[in-house]
Amino acid sequence: MTNAYDIAHFLAGMMLVCSFTLLYQDRILAVLNTFAVQAIMLSLAVAWQGYVRNAPDLFITAAMAFGLKGIIIPVALNRMVEKLGIKRDVDQVVNVGVAMFLGLGLTSLALLLVLKVTPGAASFTREGLALALAIILLGFLQMILRRNAVTQIVGFMSIENGLILAATGARGMPLVVEVSVAFSVLIALFVFAVFLFRIRERFDSVDVESLDKVRAARAHR
Amino acid sequence: MNEAVYAVVGIPFLSAILLALSPSYRLTALGNVLASGLTFAAGLSFLALPPVTETYVILDDLNKFFIILNTLVGFTTSLFSRSYIRHEIETGHLTPLFVRFYHAMFQGMMGAMNLALLANNIGLMWVGLEFATLMTVIMVGIYRTPAALEAAWKYFILGIVGISLAFFGTILVYLAGQGVLGEGEAAMTWSELLKIAPQLDAPLLNIAFIFLLVGYGTKVGLAPLHAWLPDAHAEGPTPISAVLSGLLLNVALFALLRFKMLIAANPHALEPGPILITMGLVSLIFAAFMLYQRQDIKRLFAYSSIEHMGLITFAFGLGGPLLNFAALLHMVMHSLTKSAIFFAVGHVTQAKGTQELSAIRGLSVSNPVLSVALAAGVIAISGLPPFGAFMSEFLILTSTFAREPLLALAVAFGLLVALGALLMRLQDILFGEPTTPNHPVSAASAPIFVHLSLILIAGLFLPPAVVVWFKRAAETLG
Repeated sequence: MTNAYDIAHFLAGMMLVCSFTLLYQDRILAVLNTFAVQAIMLSLAVAWQGYVRNAPDLFITAAMAFGLKGIIIPVALNRMVEKLGIKRDVDQVVNVGVAMFLGLGLTSLALLLVLKVTPGAASFTREGLALALAIILLGFLQMILRRNAVTQIVGFMSIENGLILAATGARGMPLVVEVSVAFSVLIALFVFAVFLFRIRERFDSVDVESLDKVRAARAHR
Repeated sequence: MNEAVYAVVGIPFLSAILLALSPSYRLTALGNVLASGLTFAAGLSFLALPPVTETYVILDDLNKFFIILNTLVGFTTSLFSRSYIRHEIETGHLTPLFVRFYHAMFQGMMGAMNLALLANNIGLMWVGLEFATLMTVIMVGIYRTPAALEAAWKYFILGIVGISLAFFGTILVYLAGQGVLGEGEAAMTWSELLKIAPQLDAPLLNIAFIFLLVGYGTKVGLAPLHAWLPDAHAEGPTPISAVLSGLLLNVALFALLRFKMLIAANPHALEPGPILITMGLVSLIFAAFMLYQRQDIKRLFAYSSIEHMGLITFAFGLGGPLLNFAALLHMVMHSLTKSAIFFAVGHVTQAKGTQELSAIRGLSVSNPVLSVALAAGVIAISGLPPFGAFMSEFLILTSTFAREPLLALAVAFGLLVALGALLMRLQDILFGEPTTPNHPVSAASAPIFVHLSLILIAGLFLPPAVVVWFKRAAETLG
């Protein structure tokens, strides 16, 4: 059991490290690669949970995370970036130090909050949940700090990674929800793809800054 | 015996697929009306159904009334949408290809909302609400102008934050339930959770409620989480503004109410009341002041929706049978009135070719029928007699006054500020020199006047059977 515990923590911890890496990577290619690593870590973590808990349905979720988010989406986004000739580096709103500091703050907040309110739950569950919340909050932070549509998508998908980690960490949560999360990622991708192409059509870039110009123009309304 | 229950979800989803396959926009518009009409008929048949509680589906007094309202407004909106879309195609604002998907997504959204309302599983409820949101995101961006894309993007980003937080809250509720009910379906089944609510772990439930409040509260449009709402209403096609204001906000609030019932049944958990009261009151007063500066007619009414959702949340927060009754009544009145207003506004903006308030003048001369409809709608939504919203607002005010006089003063202040803004705008729109150009529109006035006569009847005389039903629903809310 202690082994099972260690490996689960290791994998969740690796996902958190990826989240931090996503905060400071300034090239789109690197961001996509880091996201792929995070998704693969997620699939391993989910598969591990399925193995130790003897819950074969979790392997479906793991396979979906691996195939879809670990391989297909990063490759597709990468192709899109190349095809559209998007600027390869990403502007940061704040510098790396501040971003890291904010990230650390959010992580401690998540740990303190979850560990405090779940003394009754199994430690296996509660620590996994704390890490998952940290990943979700870092995803929000990434969406706020990045001004580029592609990195905002990646931020959103890393939030979904955190959510799936949390859902699998909660023992015996029915499969309905896991399938639905995967399903929603698919829909979200569809939506985002539509937007990307439309934005490209209108602005010749996927930089969200150009949307801000529209925003500024109509701020008085 | 449950065929009707499944039909309410099944018909929209099935017709969504069929509508996506059919090429002619005239045919899909007609199919949309037909499907919505059938769903409404299935919804109406709920009146005769006894309460149902199954693993995935629940039908009680509370959601029965939400579903009937949902299917009714869905039906009338599809009628309005038919004439609205015809005009958009004739003027070249939309291409037939987009309209094909528009109708399919309209049905998908209706089905997902009905699913969220019927779901007994809190995960399924989340899926329904999320699916409906994603459908509306695409529809808000359908005009593909920079402003529409900006609105859809903002809606999407804020929607995601809401969706994720609500999902995390749902997991926490499951964890709390798991401590009592054990692993598996039961701990996600709302009716099972409610039965054992007093035994649930209170701190876990508290945190879960905060996540759910921020998550679903974003979709209700409560300040300060409302930023997406005016943009989405202003830039999307007007039928979508009507269902957003009239239905989606209601469904999100309904989800929040389900969890409020859960937490209120637990004596050790925090009181959900004060949080809801504060958020409601802030939204009400903030939106009332924002009404004064609007220059876009659809934004004006979007802020009015925030104001009314604030008022309703406030009333539910204060709670008690009487205020719950008033809040439920006000939800119905607001849905019917606001969608009628958007129907009228849709045709007005088509006639004038703009949404700028300064360019919409002298409507009583140029479009008399629309101006009567709009005037009646605005009078109703500002809470003036003889319409139904007057009664519900009056009930909320008086019963608040009996319990918390100071809060009642704040509510009255907000309502008066909003009243002033709306009447001032209405006067500008109706009178004065008619602005040109004035395009001919073949307005579908039937849906508008059906809604208006319903709220007029409710304002003059609420049938006792309806009162009894609302009372029962209000009691289940505690």
